[in-house]
Amino acid sequence: MSHYLYYPGCSMESSAAAYRESLETVLGPLGIRLEEIDDWNCCGATEYVGISLLPAYALIARNLALAARQADGTRTLVAACSACYLNLAKADHYLQESRTLAANVNSALGAGGLAYRAGSVTVRHLLEVIITDVGLDAVRAAVSRPLSGLRVAPYLGCMVPRPDPDHRWTDHERPRELDLLLAALGAEVVDYPLKTECCGGHMTQISPAIGFELIRRLIAEATRLGADLMVTVCPMCQMNVDAFQGETNRHFGTHYRMPILFYTQLMGLAFGREAREVGIGRELVDARPALARIGLPVPSTAAEETPETKAARIEAAHRRRQALPMPPMPGDAREEGPR
Amino acid sequence: MSGEQVASEPFEPVVIGFTCNWCSYRAADLAGTARIKYAPNVRLIRLMCSGRLDPTFILDALARGADGVLISGCHPGECHYVDQNLNTLRRFRMLERILPALGIEPQRVQLVWASAAEGTQLAHEIDRMVEEVRGLGPLDWPARMAAAGGRTGPGVSPVGWPAGSRGEPEPGAIKGATEPPGVHA
Amino acid sequence: MSAGNGRPAGAAAAGVANEAGRPRIGVYVCHCGTNIAGTVDVAEVRRWAEERLADRGVVVARDYKFMCSSLGQELIEKDVAELGLDRVVVAACSPHMHEATFRGACARAGLNPYLCELVSIREQDSWVHTDGVAATAKARAILSGGVERVRHHEPLEPLRVHINPATLVVGGGIAGIQTALEIADAGFPVYLVEREPSIGGHMAQFDKTFPTLDCSACILTPRMYSAGSHPNVRLLTWSEVINVEGFVGSFKVTVLRKARYIDTDLCTGCGICQEKCPRKILDVVYEAGLGYRKGVYTPFPQAVPKYPVIDRANCTFFDNGKCKACEKFCPTGAIDFEQQDEIVTLEVGNIVLATGYELFDPRRIAQYGYGRLANVFTSLEFERLSNAAGPTQGRVVLRDGVTEPRTVGIIHCVGSRDRNFNNYCSAICCMQSLKFAHLVKEHTGATVYEFYIDMRTAAKAYDEFYQRVLEEGTIFVRGKVAEVTEVARTPEEEGKLVLQVEDTLIGRQRRIPVDMVILSCGLEPRHDTKKVAQLFGISCSADGWLIEKHPKLDPVATMEEGVFIAGCVSGPKDIPTSVAQGAAAAARVLGHIQQGELALEPIKAAVDPDVCSGCRICNGLCPFNAITFREDRMVSEVNPALCQGCGTCVAACPAGAMSGTCFSDEQILAQVEGLLLANLQGTAGREAVSA
Repeated sequence: MSHYLYYPGCSMESSAAAYRESLETVLGPLGIRLEEIDDWNCCGATEYVGISLLPAYALIARNLALAARQADGTRTLVAACSACYLNLAKADHYLQESRTLAANVNSALGAGGLAYRAGSVTVRHLLEVIITDVGLDAVRAAVSRPLSGLRVAPYLGCMVPRPDPDHRWTDHERPRELDLLLAALGAEVVDYPLKTECCGGHMTQISPAIGFELIRRLIAEATRLGADLMVTVCPMCQMNVDAFQGETNRHFGTHYRMPILFYTQLMGLAFGREAREVGIGRELVDARPALARIGLPVPSTAAEETPETKAARIEAAHRRRQALPMPPMPGDAREEGPR
Repeated sequence: MSGEQVASEPFEPVVIGFTCNWCSYRAADLAGTARIKYAPNVRLIRLMCSGRLDPTFILDALARGADGVLISGCHPGECHYVDQNLNTLRRFRMLERILPALGIEPQRVQLVWASAAEGTQLAHEIDRMVEEVRGLGPLDWPARMAAAGGRTGPGVSPVGWPAGSRGEPEPGAIKGATEPPGVHA
Repeated sequence: MSAGNGRPAGAAAAGVANEAGRPRIGVYVCHCGTNIAGTVDVAEVRRWAEERLADRGVVVARDYKFMCSSLGQELIEKDVAELGLDRVVVAACSPHMHEATFRGACARAGLNPYLCELVSIREQDSWVHTDGVAATAKARAILSGGVERVRHHEPLEPLRVHINPATLVVGGGIAGIQTALEIADAGFPVYLVEREPSIGGHMAQFDKTFPTLDCSACILTPRMYSAGSHPNVRLLTWSEVINVEGFVGSFKVTVLRKARYIDTDLCTGCGICQEKCPRKILDVVYEAGLGYRKGVYTPFPQAVPKYPVIDRANCTFFDNGKCKACEKFCPTGAIDFEQQDEIVTLEVGNIVLATGYELFDPRRIAQYGYGRLANVFTSLEFERLSNAAGPTQGRVVLRDGVTEPRTVGIIHCVGSRDRNFNNYCSAICCMQSLKFAHLVKEHTGATVYEFYIDMRTAAKAYDEFYQRVLEEGTIFVRGKVAEVTEVARTPEEEGKLVLQVEDTLIGRQRRIPVDMVILSCGLEPRHDTKKVAQLFGISCSADGWLIEKHPKLDPVATMEEGVFIAGCVSGPKDIPTSVAQGAAAAARVLGHIQQGELALEPIKAAVDPDVCSGCRICNGLCPFNAITFREDRMVSEVNPALCQGCGTCVAACPAGAMSGTCFSDEQILAQVEGLLLANLQGTAGREAVSA
């Protein structure tokens, strides 16, 4: 059992209840024990740092101070929510960089009898902990119901991999972690080019037309790529894409139906849990039609070859012969000459 | 050196730096060419290789009034003479263990690798070390040994000095004029 | 190797400790204009030395505006003659700068040059400190260290080494070829070692060269052919240097000649083996991954030498023992599967490294989509695409192999001038991008966008070419491209690659849809440059390029005597500069060869057999096996021909029997004493230091 301190954050209590419920089902199989820090408070989400820095950092640092005080056996603080992760990690980073900020924040903390020495806890995101500490092999071993035939678009949102001063992610513009995890569950992962684009955050409240456009891009691209559903790590992204999909459709006169779930929900399903146990049904855009594919044999699409399809096949092969090769990518099995 | 201070002035440590002709001396030259500023408390000596460094040079420098000694050579694997810098590392590790027994805080002798391209890094390390040594205060080794009753060996703790012996040099004491006991044992 | 440990006969007793009289030392403090005098109070340092160091043997101290000027040097010469100086200390710049200058002045005055000491109060004092008082105090200490040290100097003679007239050139690109030809034409033998099956390097991949648009092959092939057929050049292609021993004049170089599996005496270069070979391999070297080669291959038709190689890692016969198609069809029976890798040893006097560069791998910038988006190409891929001998016979087409692009975007500074990757400017990308714009227009008539940060066209006829490309209608957008995406936002963007860019001239975000994107990738040091540097005893900069002896005044020499560098191995360069450097390196090598022998610093270790206890601790320490144990006399002995002067043995000798010239224990300890002003005994010293 790997032991970590855990900061849940407010979303997990409310809008992202499905995240919390599904998270609880996967910890056991992954061998993770999360110890919730006592008396934690809101991280300020995306708003507070935009209003007043010192109180915002003091608010965040209070959680760090509590975690440091509670640290026993581990000094790793895990957050599952993107905004919480970013805020905690960012605050710790800036407190390490700026002695003035650290001093001011500590004088604020002192009023509550707390103190925090920057860097004394390490803030990490749950997804990265699963990939790095647990490993994909352990994930594969826990899978009892592979998600074969389910086409998923992995969507991280903008807050998790950027900024990434410690280089924890494979690439801060196009990280592969979520893709690898979903592939380990047996799902068919589409190469989703918008995986780190912004979902609009609270833009739907401030400037709805812009917010809807940001959401439209995400669901339009996932639909174009033939994804059955989108998978995210972020409570805000999930809520935006899910809850505002209807309004977005009305705004543009479109008819997208793109369900979006948390990665932990798919993990729970792959680990053999029932849909209800992992919070399926809480989403507004119904994911059940898409999930009907899991566990069912993949329908055969190889029909009898007609003269037309044969001609098309030959034509495609001919086109392939004329085409120039693509550059080999890491992990590519293609044969290469010696360098 | 600490001897340069007048009693009323703040303590300015003197650090002797042993550098390698091929890397760290050149890094110091590079820092100069690039006008990278660092503390004036360091005075460098050029050797052909850090492997030339006899540990007694270090003790000699400390005995004659240096408050710290910086050793700088090529990064492991980049030695101009194959791997002599690894001998430096071994000698340094040995010395690190001996220093406390001689009443010297181990932070006063530091090893820093610096390639010929690392002028900025070397300047940074010099600044860092000068500040650390400044924090330790003057070494004034001969006086310390005298205050410790000339004892050597594990009985002399680096932190166990009588309170009065740490600050100023004793009136009339001339640095380097007396050989520290135990150095040439 | 001629002399022993460098000490002239009968001079052993010249050290100050053994001298009857007091030393007579002259001290010279240089202003270096304001370089030193701007921070250090040089007059004060001189006055101080005159007064306080008189006890230490200083008989004269002077300060002068530029000690390195002929007038400054004459000061020293005059004092040596008139005041009978027997030691000289100059406080000026780094010994790496002017040690030779002041030693020369002493020598002209009849003083042994090794009795001169140059201490650095510029690089290590005035340039790095701002506080004039502290810098002046430090200058005093540094000078005092030099005075104490010079008291222990001994007259020495430089070592004279013979220069083997043969030269090794590593790397067969245009720089290496130029070096080899210059030396060979002068009548001296050259070994040209190349890792690939053919010489030619990156230049062989190009179609046109900027700004003249000369056909690259047309100007390169004659050079390659000359190098291949020159009686003084021995080509060692498909080979790598694996070990280097010795020093200037007599390097011993071990080269691994990988088995070609071709008998070059029988092979006519007809190419039937390549035609018949069933194994097709993506060619990521010469074709930049855009074309294929066979398991047996020459990289390109004009390859020199003309003989192919069998790529053992990609050969069906070596995989499973079957096939041998090449052997069956070879008309002269030149295929020889029994060949073995061969180790050859070369003896050379000088070495020139011209191992070139590698293209920045744009897969590292995921947002540009290279490797994921089919129609994003690297600059080298585009070179192959536009090359008439390339995989598309010079047709500029999209990755589908047929469609011509109607709009093309060229992104500058990919991996260069970017704090995430390389801070430096790769020097060639602006001109290369302009060339691409011209070629795209010429081949397809497409609209071309150039996305640049700054245009850098600073060489002969370069800016004129820029003007020409402007006039051809290429659209220039100043701004760093944020992203290349296939995700359309508008119907016009459907099916296109969209470049998201901030146009900094109009101050607006733009999205520009194109059919093809060319990434003008920067140049990087070859991935194994560090290994090469270690092999040849030289250093790499923080960016990974090899370091020149002096970036301005000695750009083709290195700190290692006899090892020179040319071309992109020391940083990004265009073809004219690489060729100029190749020729410059050759000139330096020819200078050595013409002299026949070279004077080296007499920095050597020596054993005093009367003191040596025969413990042999030093024997195992020497990395050059220069120390042997004499069983007959039960003492260790240093072979001065092998000793490189590192001094590790001197530091290790428990008996003090080992001594090192130029860096003796006495010299180093005296310098320490001087630096700490511990030489200023008594109250005089204390007053002096607190003044």
